[in-house]
Amino acid sequence: MAEETLLSDDFLRQLINVGEVDILVGLPTHNNAKTIEPVIRAIQAGILKSFPRERAVIINADGGSQDGTPEAVIAASIDDAQSASKKYTLRTLHSISTRYAGSPQHGTALRTVLAAADLLRAKACVMVSPDSTTIEADWLERLVNPVYSENFDLVSPIYRRQKFEGVLMRNLLYPMTRAIYGFRIREPYASEFAISGRLATDFLNQETWNDDWGKIGAEICLTVAAITGKYRVCQSFLGTKAHPDRSAGDLVAAMRRTVGALFPLLDSNVPVWSAIAGSQPVPTVGAQSEVVAEPIRVNRKHLREMFASGVAQLEPVFRSILKASTLSELKRIAALDVSEFSYPADVWAKTVFEFAASYHRSVINRDHIVQALVPLYRGRTLSFLLENRDASGEDMEKNVESLCGEFERLKPYLLEVWADRK
Amino acid sequence: MREIIVSELIQALQELARGFAHYLPRLVVMLIIAFVGWVIAYVLKVLVRSILRLTRFSKLSDNAGATQLLNQAALPSSTELVSRFVFWVAWIGFILLGVSVLGIVGLQEYISKFFLFLPRLFVAVVILFFGLLAANFVSRAALLAAVNANFRSSRLLSVSIRIIVSIFALSMVFEVLGVAEETMLIAFATVFGAVMLGLAIAFGIGGKDLAREFLEKRLATGKKEEKEDELSPL
Repeated sequence: MAEETLLSDDFLRQLINVGEVDILVGLPTHNNAKTIEPVIRAIQAGILKSFPRERAVIINADGGSQDGTPEAVIAASIDDAQSASKKYTLRTLHSISTRYAGSPQHGTALRTVLAAADLLRAKACVMVSPDSTTIEADWLERLVNPVYSENFDLVSPIYRRQKFEGVLMRNLLYPMTRAIYGFRIREPYASEFAISGRLATDFLNQETWNDDWGKIGAEICLTVAAITGKYRVCQSFLGTKAHPDRSAGDLVAAMRRTVGALFPLLDSNVPVWSAIAGSQPVPTVGAQSEVVAEPIRVNRKHLREMFASGVAQLEPVFRSILKASTLSELKRIAALDVSEFSYPADVWAKTVFEFAASYHRSVINRDHIVQALVPLYRGRTLSFLLENRDASGEDMEKNVESLCGEFERLKPYLLEVWADRK
Repeated sequence: MREIIVSELIQALQELARGFAHYLPRLVVMLIIAFVGWVIAYVLKVLVRSILRLTRFSKLSDNAGATQLLNQAALPSSTELVSRFVFWVAWIGFILLGVSVLGIVGLQEYISKFFLFLPRLFVAVVILFFGLLAANFVSRAALLAAVNANFRSSRLLSVSIRIIVSIFALSMVFEVLGVAEETMLIAFATVFGAVMLGLAIAFGIGGKDLAREFLEKRLATGKKEEKEDELSPL
């Protein structure tokens, strides 16, 4: 029923012409003309190299690009890739581009792709980010094979990351999902991943799509749905993750897409997560993690100022979210100079858990709670930078592991503040 | 002479007794109405209190910032206050109904005025509550947006917005109540105009350096912003 309203008549007609497929590659776009070509070439090369006999289709769900992105997707002919590699597919590789209704949103694009996968009865559905300029042909095999050959339902990526990239992932999303749901999935909010047809269908029928947070944070909802639905989950090492625009972008928007979906998911899964203690590793193909040290410019003084100013200015807001002891600890940290600055792991874990509990109780507007976490995250970012300034890849891994340990150790504290009715 | 006095006294007493006998049933009716009114008002109070507790009205009140105001004024909680308000309005209504039974000339007009005033009073209370709620929400949203955008005077901005929205809500309340409408309108226009003028002057004079700094940062160098922007969160 959902597909009928989600897919336009023209798109449906094109899908019917394709028929059933084995592999569906989803490409959500919005004004990505600058980066889309190498991505689509890599996808085609990956299909030629690893899945020449399979029935495959590339579905581009576009949010209304004005720079010719859909045209670029359609124009990228497989013939060029075949001539270049001297490899040929046994079946026609279809490329379809559709403009989904509404404003550009990751969640709507994903939903459109999943609806197509459901309709075409795809065995494996792969999502690829249009910004991943470092994508290689092998990524497709690494993502699809565990689903296609080993019956996994969700393949989450592991990237080779720059030392200080993915700070929110390493300091909040990974430790929190790991402590809550007990699975060590390093990228719970992934831009590249593969899922089985049955998980795609199941997730498509979930009610999270009805909520705003479900639409903007669909990727994290999918990871949680796979864990709570007891689907088989694994990780696959892909390679270097590129960030063409290496800016922090809109930090508040990033927080809404991730934490804004992670917190409400706790509400609907209390019976599942409240009974979990500790965490278990997830089967992983390839390296567990890789870190490369590249110089980056960070104004540490500015970060500290933003944290201190946030703590001071938002004190009335924090009073309704945080415990008095945590707030006084934050004030103490805010008074520290950059040279001695430290936002310890246990205080950070308590902060996040108290925010989650306050979100659950809706002590103030829920979106305001998510926004209020931003200045504190900046403080934790500074602490993370200082802790790992001279750290090697192994040292960093140990530090992240230690932070995850704190989140797991303090999970009873989350249950305590969660049940607190005050 | 003596007989006349006695006769007049007896007549006066008889008239008093007749008058009292005439009013006694009405007085009893008034007392019964007042008593029944008290019972109904009390039941209403308990009912309203339970409904407010069930609907977590106190949380809404917290969000509106009303709880904080009440605490500062050493008043009971918002739930208790609303239920007491309902009790007194209902009971006073019944008492006035009882008084009207007495048929005292002149009081009727005031009693009917009171009943006509009740809906307006209710609307005014609702406007005041939602006005406070809106003021709190908008000022907090502005505070968060300003802090996250690293705006220096975030608190000032937030407080200004709260005051403006609160003044606007109060002026609406007074208009609904019909209390000194013209005075309130003039006062509101004056205060609002003064605040806006003050802000314009403050931003114009006080913010010229800030504006220059902002423009220089944006147009001239374009490099300073990058310094803390190389960290990708995801």
